[in-house]
Amino acid sequence: MVKKIRVALAIVFIVAITLLFLDFTGTAHFWLGWMAKIQFLPALLALNAFALVFLLLLTFLFGRIYCSVICPLGVFQDLVSWVSGKRKSAKRRFSYSPAKSWLRYAMLGLLAILFVIGLQPIVGIFDPYAAFGRMASNFLAPLYGWGNNLLADWAEKMDSYAVYSIDVWIKGGTAFVLAVVTLVVVSVLAWRSGRTYCNTICPVGTLFGFLSKYSLFRPVINTEKCNGCGLCSRSCKASCINSAAHEIDYSRCVVCLDCLDNCKRGAITYKRRESKTSVNSESIDMGRRTMLTASAVVLASSAVKAAEKKVDGGLAYIEDKQIPERQTPIVPPGALSIKNLTRRCTACQLCISACPSQVLRPSSDLTRLMMPESSFERGYCRPECTRCSSVCPAGAIQPISVDEKSSIQVGHAVFIKKNCVALSKDVNCGNCARHCPVGAITMVPSDPNDESSRKIPAIDEERCIGCGACENLCPARPFSAIYVEGHEVHKTI
Amino acid sequence: MSDNNKNTNRMNRRAFLKMLGGGTLLASASLVGCDSNNKREQSGSLKNVVPAGGMTYRVSPTSGDKVSILGYGCMRLPTVKNGSARDTDDEIDQEQVNAQVDYALAHGVNYFDTSPVYCKGRSEHAMGIALRRHPRNSYFIATKLSNFSSAYWPEKDSKEMYYNSLKELQTDYIDYMLLHAIGQSGTTQDGKQLNGMEALQARYFDNGILDFLVEERKAGRIRNLGFSYHGDIKVFDYLLSMHDKYKWDFVQIQLNYVDWHYAKEVNPNNTNAEYLYAELEKRNIPAIIMEPLLGGRLAKLPDYLSARLKQRDPESSVASWAFRYAGTFPKVLTVLSGMTYMEHLQDNLRTYSPLVSLSEEELSFLHDETARLMIEYPLVPCTKCQYCMPCEFGIDIPSIFTHYNKCVTENYVVKDSQDENYRKARQVFLVGYDRSVPKLRQADHCIGCGLCQNACPQGIKIPEELHRIGEYVEKLKRGLL
Repeated sequence: MVKKIRVALAIVFIVAITLLFLDFTGTAHFWLGWMAKIQFLPALLALNAFALVFLLLLTFLFGRIYCSVICPLGVFQDLVSWVSGKRKSAKRRFSYSPAKSWLRYAMLGLLAILFVIGLQPIVGIFDPYAAFGRMASNFLAPLYGWGNNLLADWAEKMDSYAVYSIDVWIKGGTAFVLAVVTLVVVSVLAWRSGRTYCNTICPVGTLFGFLSKYSLFRPVINTEKCNGCGLCSRSCKASCINSAAHEIDYSRCVVCLDCLDNCKRGAITYKRRESKTSVNSESIDMGRRTMLTASAVVLASSAVKAAEKKVDGGLAYIEDKQIPERQTPIVPPGALSIKNLTRRCTACQLCISACPSQVLRPSSDLTRLMMPESSFERGYCRPECTRCSSVCPAGAIQPISVDEKSSIQVGHAVFIKKNCVALSKDVNCGNCARHCPVGAITMVPSDPNDESSRKIPAIDEERCIGCGACENLCPARPFSAIYVEGHEVHKTI
Repeated sequence: MSDNNKNTNRMNRRAFLKMLGGGTLLASASLVGCDSNNKREQSGSLKNVVPAGGMTYRVSPTSGDKVSILGYGCMRLPTVKNGSARDTDDEIDQEQVNAQVDYALAHGVNYFDTSPVYCKGRSEHAMGIALRRHPRNSYFIATKLSNFSSAYWPEKDSKEMYYNSLKELQTDYIDYMLLHAIGQSGTTQDGKQLNGMEALQARYFDNGILDFLVEERKAGRIRNLGFSYHGDIKVFDYLLSMHDKYKWDFVQIQLNYVDWHYAKEVNPNNTNAEYLYAELEKRNIPAIIMEPLLGGRLAKLPDYLSARLKQRDPESSVASWAFRYAGTFPKVLTVLSGMTYMEHLQDNLRTYSPLVSLSEEELSFLHDETARLMIEYPLVPCTKCQYCMPCEFGIDIPSIFTHYNKCVTENYVVKDSQDENYRKARQVFLVGYDRSVPKLRQADHCIGCGLCQNACPQGIKIPEELHRIGEYVEKLKRGLL
């Protein structure tokens, strides 16, 4: 019964969290956004005291429930492992193995050091929630998008406006490749031996392992009933039950509760711990190379460019915009500064999935690997939207209101005279000034001595907030005649 | 929305809706149900629904031609992909053209109106093939000297265009020859803008082409000579003032129940059809009518207006009222309809076999009451002629206007967020916008260069209208209404 509740909850969480990465309407975030916000690393980075206390208390009371219910990567591994277990030959394929404590602590220590010295992108690679996020946003979100577009086509035929089409594109090559690597490594490990990742690599797992050693409730072997058959060990995906010694390594037990039903004699129950706890001897087993071999898998993958719009008959060809070389990257309003973003972002891609204007994409810069950055080839940071700031669980992008957004300067526009169509094509334009939401652009004669000469934009850098409307709507292609340079530190104007 | 006197207008509409009460629902239901069903049940066969041999004819006082009141406009011929050859590059479905021409002739239509520029220059050729299969004296061919581009202004090039028409149409004479769209402005080879009068001079007078056409008429290779008019009224008046010299056999004008009194409201460059028709009537010049549906807009009226028409005659299409309206004027020789599909043709045949003229009361109901309600809507008078396309910057101008007009007509353009259907209207407008126009071709990308400006025969201030629509979209997106 307890196991069924655990499984049901786990399914609810993984489905809901996946939905967060798929839903582009913002509805799911409204109801389910908290599920991302209670993920451990984001909560830690956001200094979300409420979530942290809740998680610590939860672990202290019930063991690593976090790992078997709340963590989407954990549940994902359970799914892979469960499918793998459907094979005849792999019915009870696990066996007890001593903890590889040196690896666990080394990983945790290393990542902690990396975090302190500011190499947050590497920490983000190993954060289980962010790793799951990258897989969901790179693999599932496009499928979901295509499905949605099929539905939208159908709705259009039915004359319904309930479903609308969206752009589907792979937003960053590096993030995609890393997501593939994560998927392969984690899946292979889970397929072969269950929760290896959680108990050897995952820093969050190791951290919770400290606490769960002392948890109030836990699976306990009744030595009087136990006949030492070893069924429990062979069904334990955490490989943490030493049936010969009637011991369970609680630092590795993720409270999946599979052992409960597998024991034919009902010798294992989930209950309050008894007074004395036994800690396992921590011998080192070099035998398993699973992790090492699997992590060597390198997958070359060409990012598939999403199919562009069909060719139109009587219409002029429109060249794609190219990304200008920005000296300073642009990060979304609410990020406070590039430093704040890099300090706190776990690169989970939630903001990138949520961005309805196709502005955010994962960075390929090593210091901000897979963290969001803005560019305006497909859209611009619309004044009425604060989606990324509202979904960020880690405080990398702080919540802002629409009113606040209109005065947050994330960058400023720069004019490139030689690209401007007013001069190169000798036409009236002024589209940048027409669409500037803060009125930071005035059109002035290109020849100061001739009032009637073609007008070009004059930018008031102090008023410009760096939203990219001008860059996006500039008719010059492939490079706009006006583009945004980011600011290291955002300021309110 | 930047409409003037919107409050009074809205009151009118409200009051009117109240008065109409539940009639709307009932009447729109009949739109789908009653029309064809009733007739079919009574007659049991479609043959009688589209009567053969009942066509109304008008006799031209100048040539004595007996012309069917329904004229076949050949600017929207069907394509193999079931679209209109005006809008796409798809191949014209010659088989279907032949079938529709056969059907039209069999049901009494004998006037076919084409031009060297129609269907991206493919209309004359296709019509030549279709008509060639019938005796030459069983129909009248109308075509035009469509020398809009200054490349055709030299005498030699204009003449070449004329001779090419004869060749494409596989004939040695033209029944009705038109100076095409006089009154429109033009651009010379070196980019100089010409107003309507100057463009007329450049296209037909300075190069001696008008005199040449008059000679051709004398020689019998042109049986009737006339002109079609759009735009600057001075040019219309000027040509009519020379009627004694040129003896215009006919004149083609835009006439429908909105343009009768309210042409200026639809398009400030236009002139009320009431004036145009009266000028022709005075001189006993037969009128050929174009745009009887005002670019299709009178075939799809705002819901409550179409309900009113349905109430009066539940069995007839909304379009049929516009056709009967144009046909009711006695000096009208023929009413052109650009028919892409067989259904269009059949519906029009039903309307005109025979034409039942409208009563005084009905005329007034249309051109006073209905037209007044029509112009309250902030519609863009785009007829989707595509003359403005392609826009150099990739904007899909006609599709933007079409979507906007559709939403206006269906009451999905709201004035503020307090309107009761605001949420639904916002959704329909924005979702529908992305569906009908790719993002990069939407109004916010219009830079206002104005290169399209001269091309519009309706004189729409295209950039202004696009920016107006762009602002509306922006307000919807930001929730600022």
